[in-house]
Amino acid sequence: MTDNLLTVRNLRAGIEGKEILRGIDLTIRPGEVHAIMGPNGSGKSTLSGVLAGDPRFTVTGGEAIFHGVDLLALSPADRSHEGLFLSFQYPVEIPGVTMVNFMRAAVNAKRKYLGEAPMSAADFLKLMRQKRAIVELDNKLASRSVNEGFSGGEKKRNEIFQMAVLEPCLSILDETDSGLDIDALRIVAGGVNKLRTDKNATIVITHYQRLLDYIKPDFVHILYKGRIVYSGGPELALELEEKGYDWIKEEVDKQ
Amino acid sequence: MKDNINTDEPLSNDELLARATGSEYKYGFTSDIDTDIIPAGLSEDVIRLISARKGEPEWLLDFRLAAYRYWLTLEPPTWAHLNIPPIDFQAISYYAAPKSKDAPESLDEVDPQLIDTFNRLGIPLEEQKMLSGMAVDAVMDSVSVHTTHRERLAEMGIIFCSFSEAVREYPDLVRKYLGKVVSYRDNFYAALNSAVFSDGSFVYIPKGVRCPMELSTYFRINASGTGQFERTLIVADDDAYVSYLEGCTAPMRDENQLHAAIVEIIVEDRAEVKYSTVQNWYAGDAEGRGGVYNFVTKRGLCRGDYSKLSWTQVETGSAITWKYPSCILAGRGATGEFYSVAVTNNMQQADTGTKMIHIGSDTHSTIVSKGISAGHSQNSYRGLVKVAPGAEGVRNYTQCDSLLLGSNCGAHTFPVIEVDNRSAVVEHEATTSKISEDQLFYCNQRGIPTEEAIALIVNGYAKEVMNKLPMEFAVEARKLLEITLEGAVG
Repeated sequence: MTDNLLTVRNLRAGIEGKEILRGIDLTIRPGEVHAIMGPNGSGKSTLSGVLAGDPRFTVTGGEAIFHGVDLLALSPADRSHEGLFLSFQYPVEIPGVTMVNFMRAAVNAKRKYLGEAPMSAADFLKLMRQKRAIVELDNKLASRSVNEGFSGGEKKRNEIFQMAVLEPCLSILDETDSGLDIDALRIVAGGVNKLRTDKNATIVITHYQRLLDYIKPDFVHILYKGRIVYSGGPELALELEEKGYDWIKEEVDKQ
Repeated sequence: MKDNINTDEPLSNDELLARATGSEYKYGFTSDIDTDIIPAGLSEDVIRLISARKGEPEWLLDFRLAAYRYWLTLEPPTWAHLNIPPIDFQAISYYAAPKSKDAPESLDEVDPQLIDTFNRLGIPLEEQKMLSGMAVDAVMDSVSVHTTHRERLAEMGIIFCSFSEAVREYPDLVRKYLGKVVSYRDNFYAALNSAVFSDGSFVYIPKGVRCPMELSTYFRINASGTGQFERTLIVADDDAYVSYLEGCTAPMRDENQLHAAIVEIIVEDRAEVKYSTVQNWYAGDAEGRGGVYNFVTKRGLCRGDYSKLSWTQVETGSAITWKYPSCILAGRGATGEFYSVAVTNNMQQADTGTKMIHIGSDTHSTIVSKGISAGHSQNSYRGLVKVAPGAEGVRNYTQCDSLLLGSNCGAHTFPVIEVDNRSAVVEHEATTSKISEDQLFYCNQRGIPTEEAIALIVNGYAKEVMNKLPMEFAVEARKLLEITLEGAVG
């Protein structure tokens, strides 16, 4: 089992004393795409927040081992440096901070963590140019403030752009499809697919089957009341699309 | 497996920011240079002594004495949003000069320890730094130690020298302009400065001359218990241009030090003056002990038609700041600008802003003020935009933003607008914001540690003003903002 990228065992967490995750178990190997689906309030965003180290959440039990490292012991920034990336459901605006300065700070913070010298300005601009193309963002991006005045689609493309620059080994896409029209969805999903390798893995958190038409999952998990109650292959997503969540709820609530 | 508790204990926004703002003063050291100090206290005799030591002419002594007698009738101002402990003006020594009396001819004659101090502060006094294009008139305590590039400037007719030297060499010019923009009757601290001012800088740019380099003066307080009373006078004659930089860092001190400076600027027809300040006097410790009281009167008179005066300031230091660099826009079509970043941390207090007095027609002014408050500090913007009855076609744009780091600090704005001419267009925009936990987490998730994230956000917020600074200064100022807010994440 040493080749697992992420092993989550009995993870429990909550917010302001209220338990939301009630024992999550999840194993992810390199090259895999896992979809996590579930009705509103089932704990999907809490799971992504807890893994990334969002300080609003408190971990109350369990563990998460990320390529051999105790993930929960790391600061949020170090989790990023170790290769964890979260594409935010609601990307945050930072007025006055240009994308180019923001990304340079991010890239150089990681290089510092890895004991490398800061990237030269020329190399950095080249990197920005290359990665921008993956999600078809225009070159005006560099001089704009982080997410400020971006459309919904631009914000999500900007998330995937940042993912491309940081080259994480585990990406968590939190509701990346929400608020996207079909063209933007295609671009975003296309970007994610281009970044897939047999070394990295992706967790796709979504409500709808729609995104999974573009990003093909290897595994689908259904999260309900803070637990993974069902796991299966891609066909599970189709079944959900057809039948909704009620049958899952009934079955679980019966127990 | 160790216990299942998240050891990366989540910190609240307030806790993070409290740490972020707990940094120590980086430039806290004192150099041992013998200073020649007049005993503490203020009287006509002390003023006569100061004037005599400086070998001043009769008219200047009279000016000082008139100011002193007027000062005796005044009380310190109390209208600012500041809590100023009572100051014992008789406990202050009003004159301190480095010991060597004769002005040095070259750097070799300058006290090596003084050079070392300047070097540690990164002040470009050495030859190679001079070649980088800056003329530096370094003021340590009160007397000019060294002036560079003088000859090159002199060839163009530009005068850039210490105030005392100007009194000796160009008495007519000094007498013509001294106190014409800031009268000794202006306010309590202006009267005090006019009575006891020690030294400062004098700049004269003749008609039609563009000063080819940034003129720079580094002020520094370095004698225990001595006040600093600088006086700067800048005159830009018709069609002249000059960019003047003032920057200061002061060593760590236990007792409070009073700094009451005056800057007067006169701008003639079509002339332009840019005045940039980076102010980093010692701010006191985290509990509010010590620190400089910075009570400054800065004002420019745009007397000429289509003249322009631009103030840019980055204020990070001092325990208490009381400062309103202002423009009197008297000439037709004159332009006044004020760009300010004021950072207060720990127990610091700042009450700063500007006055734009529109007297001439078609005069324009722009005010951009960015306040940043952290710790338990109080940060106030105070501004006046005044349009005189005869001033047609006046425009003003004011943008006044406050950024709060944490919830124990205060941001206040006191804008006053007095318009006596119906053709005026006066705009005022104001915002108050906080660095949110969401923003910090977003930065963290991308690998940017909290301390660096705060510096990034603060610099982004202040960018509009920082961009107005000359290049060399902008780098220094950005570093200063980072240092001021350093110390996050232990």
